[in-house]
Amino acid sequence: MSTKNKSAFSNKKMVWRAIKDSFKKLNPKTQLQNPVMFLVYISALLTTALAVLAFFGIRDANTGFIIAVAVILWFTVLFANFAEAIAEGRGKAQADSLRAAKKDVQAHKIPSIDKKDMVTDISSANLVKGDLVIVHAGEQIPADGEVVDGAASVDESAITGESAPVIRESGGDRSAVTGGTTVISDWLIVQVTSEAGESFLDKMIAMVEGAARKKTPNEIALQILLVALSIIFLLVTVSLYAYSVFSANQAGIVNPTSVTALVALLVCLAPTTIGALLSAIGIAGMSRLNQANVLAMSGRAIEAAGDVDILMLDKTGTITLGNRQACDFIPVDGCNKEELADAAQLSSLADETPEGRSVVVLAKEQFGIRGRNMGEMQIEFVPFTAKTRMSGVNFQGNEIRKGAADAMKAYVEEGGGKYSDECDTVVKKIANLGGTPLVVAKNHKILGVIHLKDIIKQGVKEKFADLRKMGIKTIMITGDNPLTAAAIAAEAGVDDFLAEATPESKLQMIRSFQSQGHLVAMTGDGTNDAPALAQADVAVAMNTGTQAAKEAGNMVDLDSSPTKLIDIVRIGKQLLMTRGSLTTFSIANDIAKYFAIIPALFMGLYPGLAALNIMNLHSAESAILSAVIYNALIIVALIPLALKGVKYREVPASKLLSRNLLVYGLGGIIAPFIAVKVIDVVLVATGLVV
Amino acid sequence: MTNTILQYVLYLVILVVLAIPLGNYIGKVMNGERVFLSRILIPCENAMYRLLHVDKEESMGWKKYAACVLLFSGFGFILLFLFHLLQGALPLNPEGLPGTSWHLAFNTTSSFVTNTNWQAYSGESTLSYFTQMMGLTVQNFVSAATGIAVLFVLIRAFTKVQEKGLGNFWVDMTRINLYVMIPICLVITIGLVWQGVPQNFNAYETVTLVEPITLEDGTVITEQIVPMGPAASQIAPKQAGTNGGGFFGVNSAHPLENPTPFSNLLEMISLLLIPVALCFTFGRNIKDKKQGRAIFIAMFFMLVLALGIIAVCEQSATPQLAQNGAVDISMIDQAGGNMEGKETRFGIATSSTWAAFTTAASNGSVNSMHDSYTPLGGMITMLQMQLGEVIFGGVGCGLYGMLAFAILAVFIAGLMVGRTPEYLGKKIEPYEMKMAVMVCLATPVGILIGSGLASLVPEVANSLNNAGAHGFSELLYAYSSAGGNNGSAFAGFNANTVFLNVTIGLVMLFVRFVPMIATLAIAGSLVQKKKVAVSAGTLPTHNALFIGLLIFVVLLVGALSFFPALALGPIAEYFQMLI
Repeated sequence: MSTKNKSAFSNKKMVWRAIKDSFKKLNPKTQLQNPVMFLVYISALLTTALAVLAFFGIRDANTGFIIAVAVILWFTVLFANFAEAIAEGRGKAQADSLRAAKKDVQAHKIPSIDKKDMVTDISSANLVKGDLVIVHAGEQIPADGEVVDGAASVDESAITGESAPVIRESGGDRSAVTGGTTVISDWLIVQVTSEAGESFLDKMIAMVEGAARKKTPNEIALQILLVALSIIFLLVTVSLYAYSVFSANQAGIVNPTSVTALVALLVCLAPTTIGALLSAIGIAGMSRLNQANVLAMSGRAIEAAGDVDILMLDKTGTITLGNRQACDFIPVDGCNKEELADAAQLSSLADETPEGRSVVVLAKEQFGIRGRNMGEMQIEFVPFTAKTRMSGVNFQGNEIRKGAADAMKAYVEEGGGKYSDECDTVVKKIANLGGTPLVVAKNHKILGVIHLKDIIKQGVKEKFADLRKMGIKTIMITGDNPLTAAAIAAEAGVDDFLAEATPESKLQMIRSFQSQGHLVAMTGDGTNDAPALAQADVAVAMNTGTQAAKEAGNMVDLDSSPTKLIDIVRIGKQLLMTRGSLTTFSIANDIAKYFAIIPALFMGLYPGLAALNIMNLHSAESAILSAVIYNALIIVALIPLALKGVKYREVPASKLLSRNLLVYGLGGIIAPFIAVKVIDVVLVATGLVV
Repeated sequence: MTNTILQYVLYLVILVVLAIPLGNYIGKVMNGERVFLSRILIPCENAMYRLLHVDKEESMGWKKYAACVLLFSGFGFILLFLFHLLQGALPLNPEGLPGTSWHLAFNTTSSFVTNTNWQAYSGESTLSYFTQMMGLTVQNFVSAATGIAVLFVLIRAFTKVQEKGLGNFWVDMTRINLYVMIPICLVITIGLVWQGVPQNFNAYETVTLVEPITLEDGTVITEQIVPMGPAASQIAPKQAGTNGGGFFGVNSAHPLENPTPFSNLLEMISLLLIPVALCFTFGRNIKDKKQGRAIFIAMFFMLVLALGIIAVCEQSATPQLAQNGAVDISMIDQAGGNMEGKETRFGIATSSTWAAFTTAASNGSVNSMHDSYTPLGGMITMLQMQLGEVIFGGVGCGLYGMLAFAILAVFIAGLMVGRTPEYLGKKIEPYEMKMAVMVCLATPVGILIGSGLASLVPEVANSLNNAGAHGFSELLYAYSSAGGNNGSAFAGFNANTVFLNVTIGLVMLFVRFVPMIATLAIAGSLVQKKKVAVSAGTLPTHNALFIGLLIFVVLLVGALSFFPALALGPIAEYFQMLI
């Protein structure tokens, strides 16, 4: 995504667009979406009407004051619109670049795989599910689909922002292709899986643009609270008018409160700050997720990520580096260590796997055994197969094999050799240490064992400890046997592990956690992960994964990075925290506003109430104006926070709460006292009020 | 000084010490566990179910439960309304009192059915023994029991997982009355009769005064009419069930309703006993005593705060009472303080404690006249009602009101720890939120609309005893009392007019039944939910931080709703007195 890491404000064009949109959003229909701001909107209309009436001499307050309040209220509405528009801006920019990728192309439709040459060219917009198309190098893939034949490198940068091409081939877990990406070399035959308008790219555009954004349940619940508070404040101000009439009658004076002043009070009290920023917070959260190159299928999924308390992490790539490394040669049955290393190196020369290479490296490090020319020595490489579960070389009548202990046992015993107890002890010892033993044999005689070690990624242990502090348990998922798994789990500091994991056992584990009331997040890519993904509360499918996996998940990770899950949880939590903190701030502000406005309104009626004017504001009008100006400006001031999110730390809930309460609760009480006073001083100093 | 403080402490200690075992007992009763009264009462209970064809195994969904609550209350309403209108033709009316006006009947009926017990009349001069005993006393029992029953529905909703049934209204009703209300009231009644409270059907007695009184115009009064009646049996549930409607007009300030310091202690403690006990019941029955204790501490803290302010304000009185030093209002060698409107037999400590207790619990009985309190002392009594009667509050309803506030607190706080909110393991979603705000905001809505409307009606000004800010306080107090389902009155406010009777009656019905049905709806939704597992990421709802937050939310909602109103009433009056 091209707009990565760019602040929304740094882009002038985006700001302009947001300003324009702020005015467009004055449409009452748009305003009605946000009940709290709609109240401000109505108030602005009402005060404008009062200002017009004032020109004709019908007024209950100073004309200049009425106009000032009306103008400030309009600005309040515009600021709220701007907050939303600027949050949407980033998404819109992303959507624009995505749209550029999505254009109609000529698709080469073919009747079946065997008839590659019977091409009919049709527009990609007319493709339907099940159609077969052939895509050659240099052409754009016309629609989402499964590769049914061929293999090719594909440039997916239009979607992922990653310029390195990826391999897509038929069968297996790398068969999914996305419309809008480009084939760079070779050709593919793709079976279309989505029709125009429903493609991944379409969904993506809709998501980043916020068009498909629905209010999440939590947003709705918060809005209910805000609406309820607004209703109360509406009643407070209306009843205050009645009280004021009553009290003035009792005192035999003219009612001191004007409609304008009460409207100003209402707007100040209503939770406008959070009301104005609520949708911006939601959009910004989604946008942060997009920046992390994760595409959520719904806003609800992000919130669920905040709630997750079990992370099921794949061992490989997340906890350990992708590959194991040889760390020791252990000769058995009286064999020489160097002889073992030599055999191991020979057998690994042609082995291009990282494990194989690490054996060669270790042999060089320990014994200076250098690479040999395989052609000269007439070495024939025997690759690893799932059936034999061994690999090795045949050369000059010799057979060297290396493989898992049980496979090697079968191999040596078949050849009349002996699988000694000593070897068995070494194998078990390595397994207990969390390593993988690789037994090496020459001509059916065991030479020794290579100790392959999983390398735990740096910093993961601390990361998991932090997560634990927040109440999130990490579960390591691995295909290893329980012994190995336990050792790695202990070393990495995960809370639990699932060894010899199968899709069924994963699904089973998720279900049992959920039945205990946990929320589970997992990542997956293969088709066989689909059931578990569908069951998990937060399911992140790798973009490299199959179509089935992508459909089962509720997020897609475009980078296909296994550690992404932790970022997603952070973004989810941050979103909710921002929402809660700004709500607290908004409500806490009301205390100061009361102290600004109530004495101002009633000092004439009860002079003693001047004692409540603790900010010592200049006059009734300056007090009310200062409060409404503060109320408008605080929205703008908080836009960056709404977009960026409040600071997130991995600490227990009660610590997070006390910190946020201190900053946004106590801060929300104190800040407006200072700010309103400052505005009042400025208003008086500049002669705007007398 | 120390003496007085010890007195306050003693009252609070007695209250809590009695409440803890009672809470445990109520919890057992409502779970159907055996208690010491089971041997006698189980046969009675079963006999009642047989007689009424109640299937005690039936577990109702929330809608059916709510329908039963409304049906039962509605039936009680009609019956009581008719008693008022027709009492002239009904038995047990030795004074031959006629039926009341329709609006007074409506007001009083609403008042007693809603556990408010606001009284726009004086019992001894308006109601027959039949109306008092068969009407009001019965409602004293059942309206209290209804509140407790609804609380238990909510408790069950927290404990059950993915179910529908929330209990059986008729069984709850029977158990609460049979095992809790009746035994407690029996003990109190006997205590009161022992202390001299009347319990008879005699006609009023005319007695000769020991010391004749000469009025200012020279008239000499030698005789007095002493009212009689089945008072003790009504006063017991009036106190224990947070009802508060006095048998006699001046309530527990009347020497026959509250004759001695011991009767005063008995009545004062019993008025908060069940509401306090229910906090402990709550903790016990949701199987997490810490949660119940947290709610208790939050309420207790606010009660002590309120009591402290009232006590200090009343003790230090006002500059006007001191009359520039001409009157000694210090408390050295004498009672001192603001004794206006207080019984000399009770003094400041006991009057202040009662005032704090009765407005904290939505009881509303009084042993002193809140109208005569200092502006700030009187404001606190008003504020406690305006907070929605959640500082212990009415039996059952106070606690479920507080739990709704806990839901609000959890909602905001929960977000701040980065999770969607949950309370006691149940997720709080839009539906619960909608209902919780109805519970929490019904009181402000009722009070603001009612008092706002009344401020605009010219005739209301005639009902006031005072002008200016204090007059406004009287009006505000009346609607606050109705809006908190409290029922106490700022004496001096003549509430028996058509407008006031009808509007106050409507406010009482609104703030009783809207939160009640909303609470049942919350229960109906929560009971179907899964229980979320607890982890370090879960917001703890039993620690000091949460208790503080809960108190803050309650005070904030109250303060934001009523600051302007209070500024024009007691606060303005307070500053006027300083000048």
